[in-house]
Amino acid sequence: MTALRSLSTLALTTSLLLGNIAFAALHDVHEGDSIQSAVEAAQPGDTILVHPGVYRETVYVDKDDITLRGVVQDGEWPTLEGDKQLNDAILYSGNGFTVEWFKITHYKGNAIMGQAGNNFSIRNNWIIDTGVYGIFPEFGENGLIENNVLSGIEDAAIYVGMCDYIDVRNNHVFENVAGIEIENSRHALVEGNIAHDNTGGILVFITPGLPIKTSYDAIVRRNTVINNNTPNFAIPGSLVSTIPAGTGIIVNSGDDVVIEDNIITGNNTAGIIVTSQDFATGVAGDPASDPNPDRVQILDNVMFNNGSDPATEVKALMLTQFSTTGPDILAYKGAADAERESCISRKSAYRTFGLEEWGDCTSPTVRAADAVGSAPALAGTTRAVTTKMLPEPATPRVITVDADGAKLVYQGICAGCHTYNIRMIGPPVMAIKAQYGEDASAIAQYIAAPERKRPDFPTMPPQDHLSDAMRLEVAKYMLSLNR
Amino acid sequence: MRLLTLCLLLLMQGGVTAADAFRLSPFCPPALRLDEAGQCVLRGQYQAYGSLYDKGVGGLRTGLPPVRDGFTPQQIDLGRFLFFDPLLSGNGSLACSSCHDPALGFGDGQARSVGVQGIPVQRSAPSLWNVGFMQRLLWDGSKHSLEEQLQGPLYAPDEMGGDPQSLLAALQDNESYRGLFATAFDNQPLVLAQVYTALTAFESSLISLNSRYDLYAHGVHSALNAREKEGLNVFRSFVARCAECHTPPLFTNQQIAVLGVPETDGRPLDPGAAATSGDASQRGGFRVPSLRNIALTAPYMHAGNFESLRETAAFYTGGRGHAVPEGEDLNLHWHIWDPELTDNELDRLVDFLMTLTDQSFLPEIPVAVPSGLPVGRAPGVAPAGTHALHIESTTNNF
Repeated sequence: MTALRSLSTLALTTSLLLGNIAFAALHDVHEGDSIQSAVEAAQPGDTILVHPGVYRETVYVDKDDITLRGVVQDGEWPTLEGDKQLNDAILYSGNGFTVEWFKITHYKGNAIMGQAGNNFSIRNNWIIDTGVYGIFPEFGENGLIENNVLSGIEDAAIYVGMCDYIDVRNNHVFENVAGIEIENSRHALVEGNIAHDNTGGILVFITPGLPIKTSYDAIVRRNTVINNNTPNFAIPGSLVSTIPAGTGIIVNSGDDVVIEDNIITGNNTAGIIVTSQDFATGVAGDPASDPNPDRVQILDNVMFNNGSDPATEVKALMLTQFSTTGPDILAYKGAADAERESCISRKSAYRTFGLEEWGDCTSPTVRAADAVGSAPALAGTTRAVTTKMLPEPATPRVITVDADGAKLVYQGICAGCHTYNIRMIGPPVMAIKAQYGEDASAIAQYIAAPERKRPDFPTMPPQDHLSDAMRLEVAKYMLSLNR
Repeated sequence: MRLLTLCLLLLMQGGVTAADAFRLSPFCPPALRLDEAGQCVLRGQYQAYGSLYDKGVGGLRTGLPPVRDGFTPQQIDLGRFLFFDPLLSGNGSLACSSCHDPALGFGDGQARSVGVQGIPVQRSAPSLWNVGFMQRLLWDGSKHSLEEQLQGPLYAPDEMGGDPQSLLAALQDNESYRGLFATAFDNQPLVLAQVYTALTAFESSLISLNSRYDLYAHGVHSALNAREKEGLNVFRSFVARCAECHTPPLFTNQQIAVLGVPETDGRPLDPGAAATSGDASQRGGFRVPSLRNIALTAPYMHAGNFESLRETAAFYTGGRGHAVPEGEDLNLHWHIWDPELTDNELDRLVDFLMTLTDQSFLPEIPVAVPSGLPVGRAPGVAPAGTHALHIESTTNNF
């Protein structure tokens, strides 16, 4: 692998702007090289350029501010190929992660999975049959999922799980079980996506039994949700295995969901289903999880040709109205109650079932969608809300190299062997102070590669995993202790 | 300082007695730091990180959930003496430490713990490492504070078999304890609530966050070898899905999950959470246990259902519901599926789980306890009251 640390003018400019990054380098990866090796060589701020070719590996990124960028040349994409042997294509936990321009196929788990990385961007990827999920950020704040094309996924193609402040824009999802799923997440904008020929197009869900219990403040807007009639091919027992084929949009117990300006046609069970958790069965109860969808607002949507061949349970419902055709919009069980405070604009334009107690969204009681850093919403529309992402990046998760960070490191590591005035595994701090006085740098140097100094104490384990600067800060902190 | 404490004790008690052997440390245990208010509070690297809604679940650099801290050094040290003292059981034969032995990861190495009646109870003794972070306690998750939880085993006839009145009387009759409680609780009259507070204070101080895994999480990528990293990637992959419920940094999301683990010895299915919550949909559900120090606490699952980590890991690749008894219709967790893990992947998972071992903050086992009874140790553990402080901490010599 060639690990070029070429310093381009552009990178220099960027690093000056960012301030905290010394310099950003580009690492080129060509077919036959390992992408992971480039990740290991990369420093925060670096970009890894992956050139066309086939790469068979799991790439994991556990450091901050790394960009993985495919180089598409003459229509040839860099392809991550899992051969149905590898688990996930890309795993990341670092913050500020960007992945773009990759073709990813034949993995068993996910194409791209994030665990707690904040400020991520996942865009322009082409993902085919990567197992359970295509794109799955989890426990992340402030992220963008944009312009990806995904098909053949046996659960959700795009699954935003337990995240906050996420935009999902302009993606194309087809022939999956679920197209886009917002689950136990808040502050999501799902806009301008095309979801067709999935089992269900777009889902806003609360799944009980997860540690983060809510889903609220989602805007589903200007999406094209058509012909989502693919028979459900989910693994039995999975949560989406109960989605009836032919569903455009499902809100299952999510709150404050706005559905606006979408084109929703040709979905054979129903265009929109709003339901309580009664809809999905087979999951253990969770008293901390509110089963009902509250304050759902269905504004103007173009809907026709929905419900022409409804799934069994919806067909049975419709028969109570002497109809064999499913509705454009169905409110099911608890979702139908007036106390949910849900509303719909121009209800008479649609064929509906269960919306008898819903209010009219054009009345002055419409609750404005809460947005971060945006202009107030116009009455009756969310159009003024242009993003749900944060105006500034989410707080970095770093141990700072200063007195505050040193205190945490000292307490987390050093205090296991050193107390101020009693003997533990290592000598007391008092004794160390007597020996070193004010000379923190001597301690910083010693602890990088300790030798046995005192016959009655074991050799200290080396702390060279800490940077020179951090060792110095920790040493200073130790010498400052007085009790 | 030690001398001063001793002198004070002598003055208070007006002479040299057996009580003099017992002093309460004025220092916080090493995981904790004395704050300006004189309370021991947790400080460590994870506190540099946030987590969504302070739930303490996420990935490598994710903050911890709220912890029970803020006790005084004396309350914690009194809790330590109580924890190891068989005076707390009805017949003086068992201490907390008899089933939660520091030498065995604060478990007892038994499939099901044996109480004062000499009969195994329903389930195994869970580890107490990091228990101060747990918002649900016991295998069925039915208790929500340590103070509430610990009264269960203390007074259950088949566990420690005590009763509140006798326990209070025994402590009040003990000259050493009278002095120690007075020191820890500002000379207030000795009441049972102080016992619960002190035990909670001690148990909450059992912090294990310095494993090689943690070093990796904080950015020292050389802390894990290639096989262990491979194991980490299997662990967090969406094929094995371990990390979905055993979520870092504590390796539990603290939720109830129905797995369908087979019972041993022909015992009937343990209804788990359903028995205490009354929610039949939770039948067979248990609180997801933390995996920290998991290498030390065999056998595994709620009743020692599996002998080894390898065997436990293999359960998850046996197929969804493969061990559910006939006639049971359980709401198995959606992450229980058939990941078809290879033998190599199972081996690497075990390699990774071994990196979660850290006992660098192991507390000191008292050489003697105020009752004069033998210090409580788990079956098979040498009762020698040696100072165990850090003897086993070599596991963390990264």
